[in-house]
Amino acid sequence: MTNAAGGLSVVELASVTGSAAGFRAFLHGLPGVDQVGAEQRAAMLATRSIKTTAKAWGIDLAIRMVDLTTLEGADTPGKVRALCAKGRRPDPADPDCPSVAAICVYPAMVPTAAESLKGSGIHLASVATAFPSGQAPLPVKLADTRAAVAAGADEIDMVLNRGDFLSGRYLAAFDEIVAVKEAGGDAHLKVILETGELATYDNVRRAAWLAMLAGADFIKTSTGKVSPAATLPVTLVMLEAVRDFRASTGRTVGVKPAGGIRTTKDALRYLVLVNETVGDDWLRPDRFRFGASTLLNDLLLQRSKLATGRYSGPDYVTLD
Amino acid sequence: MPFEYAPAPESPSIVDIQSSYGLFVNGEFTDPIDGERFKTINPASEDVLAEVVAAGPADVDAAVAAARRAYENVWRDLTGRDRAKYLYRLARLIQERARELAVLESIDNGKPIRESRDVDLPLVAAHFFYYAGWADKLRYAGFGETPLGVAAQVIPWNFPLLMLAWKIAPALAAGNTVVLKPAETTPLTALLFAQLCQQAELPPGVVNIVTGAGETGRLLVEHPGVDKVAFTGSTEVGRAIARSVAGTRKRLTLELGGKAANIVFDDAPIDQAVEGIVNGIFFNQGHVCCAGSRLLVQESVAEEVLDSLKRRMARLRVGDPLDKNTDIGAINSAAQLSRIRSLSEIGSQEGAQRWSPPCELPERGFWFAPTIFTGVSQAHRIAREEIFGPVLSVLTFRTPAEAVEKANNTPYGLSAGVWTEKGSRILAIADRLRAGVVWANTFNRFDPTSPFGGYKESGYGREGGRHGLEGYLA
Amino acid sequence: MPESRLRIPKTYKLFIGGAFPRSESGRSYVVTSLDGAFRANAALASRKDVRDAVAAARAAVPTWAGATAYNRGQILYRIAELLEGRRAQFVEEVAASEPGDAPSTVDAAIDRWVWYAGWADKIAQVTGAANPVAGPFFNLSSPEPAGVVGIVAPPDSSLLGLVSVLAPVIVTGNTAVVLAAPDRPLPAVTLTEVLATSDLPAGVVNLLTGRTPELAPWLAGHLDVNGLDLTGVTDPELATALERDAAENLKRILRPAGPTDWTAEPGIERMVAYLEIKTVWHPKGV
Repeated sequence: MTNAAGGLSVVELASVTGSAAGFRAFLHGLPGVDQVGAEQRAAMLATRSIKTTAKAWGIDLAIRMVDLTTLEGADTPGKVRALCAKGRRPDPADPDCPSVAAICVYPAMVPTAAESLKGSGIHLASVATAFPSGQAPLPVKLADTRAAVAAGADEIDMVLNRGDFLSGRYLAAFDEIVAVKEAGGDAHLKVILETGELATYDNVRRAAWLAMLAGADFIKTSTGKVSPAATLPVTLVMLEAVRDFRASTGRTVGVKPAGGIRTTKDALRYLVLVNETVGDDWLRPDRFRFGASTLLNDLLLQRSKLATGRYSGPDYVTLD
Repeated sequence: MPFEYAPAPESPSIVDIQSSYGLFVNGEFTDPIDGERFKTINPASEDVLAEVVAAGPADVDAAVAAARRAYENVWRDLTGRDRAKYLYRLARLIQERARELAVLESIDNGKPIRESRDVDLPLVAAHFFYYAGWADKLRYAGFGETPLGVAAQVIPWNFPLLMLAWKIAPALAAGNTVVLKPAETTPLTALLFAQLCQQAELPPGVVNIVTGAGETGRLLVEHPGVDKVAFTGSTEVGRAIARSVAGTRKRLTLELGGKAANIVFDDAPIDQAVEGIVNGIFFNQGHVCCAGSRLLVQESVAEEVLDSLKRRMARLRVGDPLDKNTDIGAINSAAQLSRIRSLSEIGSQEGAQRWSPPCELPERGFWFAPTIFTGVSQAHRIAREEIFGPVLSVLTFRTPAEAVEKANNTPYGLSAGVWTEKGSRILAIADRLRAGVVWANTFNRFDPTSPFGGYKESGYGREGGRHGLEGYLA
Repeated sequence: MPESRLRIPKTYKLFIGGAFPRSESGRSYVVTSLDGAFRANAALASRKDVRDAVAAARAAVPTWAGATAYNRGQILYRIAELLEGRRAQFVEEVAASEPGDAPSTVDAAIDRWVWYAGWADKIAQVTGAANPVAGPFFNLSSPEPAGVVGIVAPPDSSLLGLVSVLAPVIVTGNTAVVLAAPDRPLPAVTLTEVLATSDLPAGVVNLLTGRTPELAPWLAGHLDVNGLDLTGVTDPELATALERDAAENLKRILRPAGPTDWTAEPGIERMVAYLEIKTVWHPKGV
């Protein structure tokens, strides 16, 4: 079986979505992923020791890559306003601390967030398409998307239709992403693969290609509502996919691991993964993001330790 | 913006290297009787580390005599349970002092601390644990329960402490006593191990460590007072040893060189296969007898695999072995570096195309950038001779039968790799490969339960697993 | 007159899921030392305790059976180190529980534990096989643990006998619910204190103190128990009844052994009894 990833031209790639059978053959013809090998590669990269200047650089970059997130039924305007304030100024004691990349909320909270973020340059990402399950009729999902954008979101985090994907209706899943991209207008589209439900790395690779061919600007690991969420090996496979996609098409797609990334150590491991898989070309907030909430405070604590030499504590970072 | 990793040095202060070492005979460190001292250096800096002894004939005599006395008076009559307890103690001591041993190994050998810490030392401890458990279960192993007596063991410089574990653990478990000679360029972890023997209160003479070079090794394996010879090293020396034991009562096991084929099929999981190729030849600077030093890649995917491989090689970090982020450390000695260089020269002269990623090599010390040769054919010397360095020869094949034929077309037969997503192909190819270890969709995996050893001129006998006891029992 | 220090008597509880609960029934029974003196009120376990113990044992199966053999061996060896550290305590308890040479008995129990620890990564090599079938097939037989094993410990050998029936069951990856020797339960409970402070995952070993005729039938009839060791059942009629109960879900059974010299080196039968052999076929073809 040929390795379609590297071997097809842009023109040939455009034609693989011409038919359901053709698309299936393409996706199933992608190189497999050996689970043990992938996990061992990720584990080896996790042993990299990032210290002093490299660590400080990494922490600031990680802060700038955070999509500060709240996605709870209990979210209120008060909560969202507090989150936005935190995102704008993560460390009240240090004006040099960078702001986050984006705030990520449910569509109903977009108006509040838009108001709070005015003039900050921070992106406003809204989940959409019946997040997190995606189990709603297509018109509802498209309306969800349009409403979020109309209310001020400039990024849309949609969910892959896992029902379609896992039952082999790849072209249907593809068409849906195309439709959402169109409904979102100029908004950047992130497609959440929900890797925990895809279950195998082979599926993750296929889903990544499906999403990228459909026009995703970012592929994202998880909704954060299903366990396991982001892991190093799954992110590795997705980074390999965006690397191969750019080699085939010239188009650069970003990657966002989300869910379960809690500590600075975790974040630095992801940056190492990016660095050694796709290179520093992706080490920028418009190509790599962390979907996180508690991570930010740990980054701030570590940032403070590097600056002052002292271990800090929860009293010294804000809870929002 | 490039992500520069700041230096992340493992501190050498955990190790206390003496300026001079004696021999470890009969449970004590002693001055040589007729041996001379020589220096061992750090291959990453060429700094002198210590003076050690090149044991002379009288020293070797004394060591063998000590091993014989210990065997006849103490060790042979101990219960398996008690032998087990000593081996468990050693295993625990190794775990307790693992960091110290790993740092010392990297300093003396040149290998990256990440490898000695994460691969070598855990395997060393595990090897002792595994064989400790066999000491009182020999009746289940299937090779009888009678030890051979005194074992002469000569080990190489590429995995000094691990090779020591592979030799000493099964020998002691089976009831033998040993005289072990570590390699000339890497004596220090063996000498520290001797200290562990003292801490374990191992009866004197059960383990004896005599340092030295080729001559000491020869004296030891040719000594009439030994019952068993175990050697890991070059095929050339292995042959000489096999000749020297002819007609004697000595049992012999040999673990020699290799020129393993790493076979990549068109349906291989490409990213993991590339990782496996890199691991196969660049792990431990390529100083690995079972290294995948020949890449046999199916012609239909050769270009894609090579592109991926080169991209991956550009990420390899060559440098200070004590930096935790180093992937490839120093070449072990000036002699080895010279050999690698000259064979690489020959490769170019023979018409193969040479490629290395851009690599900043330190000024002092012995270094070689990871290198691949493409356009290699079976007739080239770099496809036949063991280079024992970070140099990969790349050949292509069209069909499975051709891959097998080329893989087997060598006097060696230590290991091989097979990369394909198709299970039946893995098993069919594994069946046909004349190699003692076949790695499928992985490479350079070791475990104390897994027998290791070669076919043909890669030697005979197995180390590891139940089968590893066979060479130490009558 | 110098005052002597008042000692603090220990409370002996059950060991379930890594914790030390009292019996849900609230009952206890008197345990005396050899000379008839009161020693402790041990928990008198009930069928609900059996139920809870089986649930805990089942929950622990994936982690324990899924651990590498090396890891299990390491954990068991560590337990032996802890036992060695508590040697004096065990000698005192065994001396108070049973006649005989307590120091030798305790030494033998610790050594027995070490012996079994070393089997973790070898039993597969001794009981498994690559089978030379007559066809182009790879064929491999490997042993796998059966799951949850109920054990009736020997009534007269409160530590050595206990270790001899427990270690072989868990070293291969099974989890256990043990009914301690009813009249001599205290060394068993102290053993569980060692287990609780070792790296043994919670639920791998669960220990109940109480009456065999009351508790054993609940173990024997439990459909989520895969194996049953009747070594400690001295009443032949009870043993037969239990074996019949156990037949409902075809538990793997070890029958009562009769008088046993626990100091003798065992064979591998106690491990093999609770191992399933799985044989895998795979074609060989390009």
